[in-house]
Amino acid sequence: MNSAIILNGFRFILLVLTQVLIFNTLNFLGFINPLVYVIFFYWYPIKGNRALFMVTAFLLGFIIDVFSDTLALHSIASLTVAYVRPIIMRFCFGVNYEFQNFSFKNTTKVQRVTFLGLLILIHQVVFFSLEVLSISHFPLILKKVFATGIVTLIVCTLFSSLFSPQSE
Amino acid sequence: MQRIINFILSYRNAFLYGFLMVISLTLTVRSHSYHQSKFFNSSKWVTGNVYGISANISSYFGLREENDKLVKENEQLRRLLFNSEKVVLQGIDTSAINYEVFSASLIKNSFSSPRNYLTIDKGEKQGVEQDMGVITTSGILGIVENVSSNFATVQSVLNTKSNINAKIKNTNYFGSLIWDVQDYNVVQLIDIPRLVPLVVGDTIVTGAMSSIFPEDIPIGVIKKYDLNTSRSFYNIDVELFNDMANIKTVYLIKNKSKQEIRTLEEETINE
Repeated sequence: MNSAIILNGFRFILLVLTQVLIFNTLNFLGFINPLVYVIFFYWYPIKGNRALFMVTAFLLGFIIDVFSDTLALHSIASLTVAYVRPIIMRFCFGVNYEFQNFSFKNTTKVQRVTFLGLLILIHQVVFFSLEVLSISHFPLILKKVFATGIVTLIVCTLFSSLFSPQSE
Repeated sequence: MQRIINFILSYRNAFLYGFLMVISLTLTVRSHSYHQSKFFNSSKWVTGNVYGISANISSYFGLREENDKLVKENEQLRRLLFNSEKVVLQGIDTSAINYEVFSASLIKNSFSSPRNYLTIDKGEKQGVEQDMGVITTSGILGIVENVSSNFATVQSVLNTKSNINAKIKNTNYFGSLIWDVQDYNVVQLIDIPRLVPLVVGDTIVTGAMSSIFPEDIPIGVIKKYDLNTSRSFYNIDVELFNDMANIKTVYLIKNKSKQEIRTLEEETINE
């Protein structure tokens, strides 16, 4: 239990710094800044306290907001992702994710990528809709969601295979 | 009562979600319509220092380029100086000037979001105040929004809340400079009346109607123009002189008589 807290705290800080110092300044093609910290919600233990998970997600988003002067956009997106994560998990892994012995090891690669992809999609849609916040810029929102979403998915998939959590 | 408590307990996650959502939505709406939050912004101690350390490391990679830029600017200023009527090499009498200039380094740049804020490494201790104008060697950049003791955030011209007085060079037709979020090198100048003769390539500079920027600071050139929906004013696309993606050194302009102008304007309105 204790090691899980330390591990996730470590991840939390590292992801904030990675996001803020590297990926927020990437500006690939002028506007693509992948929001890689979404992988935190992928890595977070499945059987943790849900309320604690939501508060952690909110804090993660909020700290990134303060750094990037986009107050509360990242918070809302992260909070929403944290809230709907159980639903996405049931969708991706079926009912067996609720069993005690469920772990990522006995899921297929496709299931995991779908799970990650859905997390990213929801996060991006919420984030960019609120960032632009106007119907007249709908094409802009779509462009940002898809371009950034795909890059984020690629980077996050790389991250998840590079630093796969063995202990969980 | 027991039932109410049970109800709340069984939906506690939804309640927590709702509660946190309300907090963050309030913050979002506030940041959309009012000024940037005073308490949570990147000019604060922790955020400022993290950006400061990172900028400190990355700035080494652009030193040569930065040097060239400065030499070029010096060259230009020398040319101006030697061609002015009175040659001054020993410094100027600072009590008589109206605008003071400070330099600062950009430690966080941003240009891809609809509301871009930049962070610089000078703050209250170095004399930075809210509403000071920020420019670079090539043109206008933004206005200081929040100041902490050692850092400050700047509202970029690439911000949907930004609204700067600008005019066509060598004329007195002025309008407002805004940004439509589409391209980070192009801003829009609106409210220029239809009768003004325009040519693609005309220079746009800051106007005299603002107490923040001195007149005639370069902004950009006209890229394309058309009439707005009421067909009485132009919508002009202005291509910025600044490369917004590559900025390191900035200058802050302090208008010494701003306070006086403000007080006077307030008095006039109140009467």
